[in-house]
Amino acid sequence: MSAHHDAGGLPAHEEIHIGEKSGWRKLPLVFGVIGLAGLGLGFATKGEHGADFYFAYLVSLMFWLALGLGGLFFVIIQHGTRAGWSIVVRRLAENAMMTLPALAVLAIPVVFLGAHDLFHWTHVDDPAVANDVMLQAKAGYLNEGSFRVRAIIYMVVWSGLALMYWGWSTKQDKARDPIPLTHKMRWAAPLSIMAFALSLTFGAFDWLMSLDPHWFSTIFGVYYFAGCVSFIHAFLALVVILLHRSGYLRGVVTPEHFHDLGKMMFAFTVFWAYIAFSQYMLIWYASIPEETHWFSYRGQGSFLTLSLVLVFARFVLPFLGLMSRRIKRNPKTLMFWAIWVMAAEFIDMYWLVQPVHANEKQAFDIHFGITDIATFVGIGGVVLAVFTWATCKNALIPTKDPRLLESINHENF
Amino acid sequence: MAKRPKIFGLLAEYETPADLYKACEKVRDAGYGAWDAHTPFPVHGLEKAMGLRPSLVPWIVCVMGFSGAALGYLLQWWTSVVDYPLVISAKPFNSYPAFVPVIFELGILLGSFGAVFGMFGLNRLPTYYHSVFNSSRFSRASDDRFFISIEARDPKYDPDKTRELLESTNALSVEEVED
Repeated sequence: MSAHHDAGGLPAHEEIHIGEKSGWRKLPLVFGVIGLAGLGLGFATKGEHGADFYFAYLVSLMFWLALGLGGLFFVIIQHGTRAGWSIVVRRLAENAMMTLPALAVLAIPVVFLGAHDLFHWTHVDDPAVANDVMLQAKAGYLNEGSFRVRAIIYMVVWSGLALMYWGWSTKQDKARDPIPLTHKMRWAAPLSIMAFALSLTFGAFDWLMSLDPHWFSTIFGVYYFAGCVSFIHAFLALVVILLHRSGYLRGVVTPEHFHDLGKMMFAFTVFWAYIAFSQYMLIWYASIPEETHWFSYRGQGSFLTLSLVLVFARFVLPFLGLMSRRIKRNPKTLMFWAIWVMAAEFIDMYWLVQPVHANEKQAFDIHFGITDIATFVGIGGVVLAVFTWATCKNALIPTKDPRLLESINHENF
Repeated sequence: MAKRPKIFGLLAEYETPADLYKACEKVRDAGYGAWDAHTPFPVHGLEKAMGLRPSLVPWIVCVMGFSGAALGYLLQWWTSVVDYPLVISAKPFNSYPAFVPVIFELGILLGSFGAVFGMFGLNRLPTYYHSVFNSSRFSRASDDRFFISIEARDPKYDPDKTRELLESTNALSVEEVED
């Protein structure tokens, strides 16, 4: 029990709706054009080296997928825990989650077109695979048919959950009695979170871990999940700060919410380190060849530098940087760390994917060329076009949420 | 002749958190140092109305946490490198990845000791006697009333002027409390 003072009221219509003449309304088209141009350029550079293209494409896809999945997780978990503080930023997370149907289409090149270039275990006629005891033992799971069926299931589950929650939430904005919809969303949350957890875990197994089919780590899904959750909190902080600059959500999303978003960024920075270190230490300590080689080629050539950069960029520096209360409550410093955390997530995806390709080629130098940039901008453009479209389409906050005022007046101790 | 009892200070009683909040702002602006507010539940923003500086607890936790981590490393380094070196699964003596769990746990342990005992220390707990309980009204501070106490040891304290200040707020009662 507690009491509030200087309580703010509900915001005016123009504070929580993107204006007709706002620059934000041009963004879906701008991002859409940039995205399609980027994808076009990326495919154009594909040429003979299909693998180079698909590995670069997979890095970008998994990076932007982390945003969509992070948004979906954020929405479900806030309903499931009946959280009050997050209601003012929940609509933006819902918009982020709405990129999942677009990402389902963008995943087609990985699942259907490029699987042969990406995944060594698909080469069933290659004697290196056919005579490999371990791969033969895993063939019941790692075969192209079930791989594609699973991919479709993941995409249906993610897009379905996103559309379901999006539908309920936007319907609530216009509902005469909003309370049953809040109950419905809360009721669905525990089942949704289970479907989410299983699909994300196996999705990470299929698309990232099976790049090196001999290697396995049962915690790998959680590793990818840690990145998703860091990403969405950083992204929400960044978007809100940009919206504040355009004059929206002022007095609705306050330093108290920035503080909470910063705390979650900090928490999942530590969580990532915890998971990544647990995975590393067990493998290092047991020292079993089929496990350690995954780390050993990440220590070859310039990938050793990248591995060390990852440790500092993903954990050490944001851990120290996000510790202070003042930094989390100041939009400028929070924006710096939000961009930092997102950049670190990209480094992480690059570090998970590209060393496998380098190991296949036995050329351990980091390259970041036109294909990498084009696929990053391409997928990102499409994703952000969907995000900004959704942001312009509805109110910036769930206007009829029964506990909206509680969220606006939320305070940390 | 009975000795005149020593005075602890003045105690003002309020009916609502809002009255208390406004009264706290007045007392703060009057420049008092040795005073406190007593509420049955947390009132958000009261620390601003009282002009309290941020707590020192985070700094205590920070120092204790990093000391704990350093101690955890020192302990393992000394036992496994200096005092009793043993080769374990062909790892070097100073196998710092294997030390991390203990480093982490000791950092957490000493950090949480810092948080709990630092908080106790800063709150001067345990306190076995406090003069505000000499007022019979004060028992409602844990139920439905809100109080401000201003102590006589405050250099700005003046029995009449301080009483005037408290009576100028929306207080239900202002009474002198014995030490």
